Order: sequence, then C-alpha cells, then structure tokens
Amino acid sequence: MSIQVENISKSYQKTLAVSDISFEVKEGELFGLIGPDGAGKTTLFRILTTVLLADTGNASVAGYDVVKDYKEIRKNIGYMPGKFSLYQDLTITENLNFFATIFGTTLEENYDLIKEIYIQIEPFKDRRAGALSGGMKQKLALCCALIHKPKVLFLDEPTTGVDPVSRKEFWEMLKRLQKKGITILVSTPYMDEAALCDRIALIQKGQILKIDSPQNIVSHYDKTIYKVRTKNTHQLILDLKKYPSHYSAFAFGEHVHYIDQNSDFNPTELEKYLKEQLHSEIDIAVAKTSIEDVFMDFTMLNQ
Amino acid sequence: MNQEKIISVQNLSKQFGHFTAVNNISFDVYKGEIFGFLGANGAGKTTAIKMLIGISKPTSGESLVAGFDVKHNAEMVKKNIGYMSQKFSMYDDLTIKENITFFGGIYGLSRNKIKEKTAQLVSELGLENEINKLVGALPLGWKQKLSFSVALLHEPKIVFLDEPTGGVDPITRRQFWEMIYAQADKGTTIFVTTHYMDEAEYCDRVSIMVEGKIEALDTPKNLKQQYNVTSMNEVFLQLARNIE
Repeated sequence: MSIQVENISKSYQKTLAVSDISFEVKEGELFGLIGPDGAGKTTLFRILTTVLLADTGNASVAGYDVVKDYKEIRKNIGYMPGKFSLYQDLTITENLNFFATIFGTTLEENYDLIKEIYIQIEPFKDRRAGALSGGMKQKLALCCALIHKPKVLFLDEPTTGVDPVSRKEFWEMLKRLQKKGITILVSTPYMDEAALCDRIALIQKGQILKIDSPQNIVSHYDKTIYKVRTKNTHQLILDLKKYPSHYSAFAFGEHVHYIDQNSDFNPTELEKYLKEQLHSEIDIAVAKTSIEDVFMDFTMLNQ
Repeated sequence: MNQEKIISVQNLSKQFGHFTAVNNISFDVYKGEIFGFLGANGAGKTTAIKMLIGISKPTSGESLVAGFDVKHNAEMVKKNIGYMSQKFSMYDDLTIKENITFFGGIYGLSRNKIKEKTAQLVSELGLENEINKLVGALPLGWKQKLSFSVALLHEPKIVFLDEPTGGVDPITRRQFWEMIYAQADKGTTIFVTTHYMDEAEYCDRVSIMVEGKIEALDTPKNLKQQYNVTSMNEVFLQLARNIE
C-alpha cells in the first residue's frame, strides 16, 4: 500500500474538518479525492504530508508512519498545495534550484521526469514566478514537486480556476507521470476529472460518502435519470420542482436532469404536465448517469 | 429578450508595453441578457472586464456601460454596476450584517434603505439566524450567494460575476445559477465568466476570447451547430488553444 489512512479525525476548535476517514491507495494508483470546498480535502493532505497532526487515527505514506517517520516521508513525497506557494520573487530557475538543493539533488539528476513539463516553461526561465500566468505557475509548481523524484505525489486542487484546455493538458501530464510509477493522490472540485482517476473517494463535510472506481460508482447507481429540455430552462426547473412526484431537478448543460420518486414513472405524464405549464419544444429522454449526478444525490441523502 | 443595448464595446484595446492584452474587441450586451464571457487563462478576460467596470483605462476604443463611457465617466459606470468575484467577495472578519451595512454605505444607500435591504436579503437567503456571524465562518457556497446579493444591493443595471462558482459544490453551483436566472428575469443584465462549461450552456449568449480577441460570439446552440459538436466544452477545446 502506498497510502494507508485509518480512522483519521481532525477538528479545528468546534469544527470537525475530517471525521473518522479510512482509505488506501495502492502503489502506482491515481486516486482522486472528489469534493467541494470545505469537504476536508486540504486537511487530509496536510496530515498525510506531515505538516499537520491528526487528533486521532493512524496514517502511513510509502510505508512510513506520518508521525514517527515524518522525516522519511518528506524525502519521499512531492506536495503541490492548493495555494501557489513558491517564491514569487525568485525566477523559475531559482525556484527549481532552491527546491533541488533542499532535497540534495539537481535539476539535471531527474530531468527525465520533469522534462516534458519543464520545456513548456523553459522560455520564461528568467522570469519571476510572481509574474507568470496561472497555467505556467501550475507547471512550475509541479516541476518543483517532482524534482527529487518522489514516490508519492500529493496534488491539492491543481486545476481549480484553470481553464478547460489547460485542465485537459494537466491530466494528460498526470497520466504520463503515473506510467512512470508514481503514486498520485489528487483532489478536485471538478466532477468531470473524477472519471480520469483509477479510484475515487467522494468526500463531503469531512466524511467519505463512497470509494470505488468511477465506472463502478456510475454503474451501481440505481436511479433512472431523465434529461428534459424545453425552450425555457429556468421555468422548466421551477416547474419540475413543482411536479408532485419529483425527487430532484438540476440544470445539466443544455438539459435539466430529472429524477422521479416513483419507479413506474411515466415520461408521457410529465410531458403532458409540462404542456399544461405552457412549455414548448419539450424533449424527455433517459440520460447517461455521470459522477456529478451521483455526487449530488449522495449530497442530498447526506443532508 | 429586450434589444436595448446595455453594454456596447467598439474596438476596445489594452496594451501593456509591447504586449496587447485585449486586441480590438467589439460586442454588445442586451438588457436582461445572461452573457457568458469565456476564454482560457491569459486570454485577456480579466483585462477586458477591468476596463468595462471602470478600473482600467482602455488604450484605445470606446465602450458604453449602463449608458456611460468607461473612459470619461468611470465613476458613473461604477455606480450603475455590481461586481463580485471568487477572490474578492466580502470581509471575512465582519459579520453578515456589517458587510451589508458597509457595502450599502459605499453605494450611498440611506440608513433606512440599508435596513430594509438587509431584512429582505437575509430572509431571501434564509440567513436570519446567522446575521451576526462572521462571514469568514460561512461555507464558501453561502458566501458566494451572499456576495451575489450584496453586489445587487444598489439595484444595478448590470452585474459582473467573475468566476462566481469556482470550487463550489455541484448543488450550490446550481442554486447559484437559479439566483442568476431569477435576477435576469427581473431585467438585470448578467455578465459572467466561468471555467465550468456546463454553465456556458446556461447563458443566453457566449463569447470566447482567444489571445486578446473575441473568436466566437453566439448562442450556445448556434456555437455547437457551427462547430458541429454536442457540448460547449468541445466548442471551447476547439477554439481556445493554449497560448503559453
């Protein structure tokens, strides 16, 4: 096991940030912690990277205990915190050299590992980190986290606030790092990124709602979701929520995803109702379930 | 939709030294419209928005926002718009009530008006029991909903939302959009940026900026048709090359 978490809890004063969480990440696995802001993801990262002590529970990373062997862990992991935390007034080269020196290595020694990311920022190597664009900062931070060839890589919301194109590139990069044998624990609030992990833990309010592969999470979901569309989306949401047997209605791109309370739900009845509410261009069909659908349902059940 | 123009941008540019951040963009936004302003990181969105809200002077070009010229009448622009972003919303170390009072004061509302607005706002959001809590203690989703309502305190004609839902959970994100829809129905124009492409689908029209220029501007439906794809995400991936 690359990461082992057993009954970890952590409170800040009265707030329970992480509540009795347990999970394991296998060696070479790309494991995602999926949940919104405030779910407890960062607290968990800080505990596993040995910068925060848990109140109760045990955890180990790369075979080392997070409390007893914290020095060994620090040598063996790379950590990219959610907040950009490199030195803004050092250049790209200076930041890389600084982190390499701290870990007793050089940029050249593990160049293979970071090459592909580094060449994208190399043209700006004499620019101060503070003056880089968001995408470049993110790439520099990843290079710094990889410079000592860590066994386990911790990435806390690496793509928050990043545009879809850069997000896609970032995940392609992660997949290639994984192929090089690095175990990756990554957190994200973007549900579409969950599908790219080997296994995910859906986390909310300090608790894990579900751990499984993204495929299983979706295929084990037992409710039927209908995608509904009419000319006026806003009015459609309001009207679906007034439909007597409605369970949930959420905007989903160009459709509204609708779940009914009854298993013998009849779409024709719903269509009739929507016509009565003066909707036009009505279209109702069974939708393909996504991680986001499942997450929202778990959230509702958990409230 | 009402065809009254509320934002009118003509050949707007902004240069920093030799770098052209915004390159000769032109577009109109109509009253009551939900206008999505998309683009990759570094495409020039923030620079463009800063000019539209009157805090950055254009190098060249014209733009009228809520009827006022951003170059010569920036103060009047500011009085007639609301603004919220994920980065700056409210003061964490003030209570909900104090924040509302503070922003009401900034916008020149009378004491009575602030009182009335405070009561209305907390009741709409169901925050009656939290009114004396520090904003910093609220979950992000609530903070963002509150912040949106505060940006509307002075009943602006337009509200600019800069990544209002970043990091927010999926249900709250949707509740936030229902607030946007409801506000647009009242005739307020919504100018919104987002990196969630499903949210682009909720806009009446969407523009996509690439390297300082507006590369596409149309309804989500027409854009998908034009690029022969089924989602705005695919439209975006086709258009927004990475410019680094």
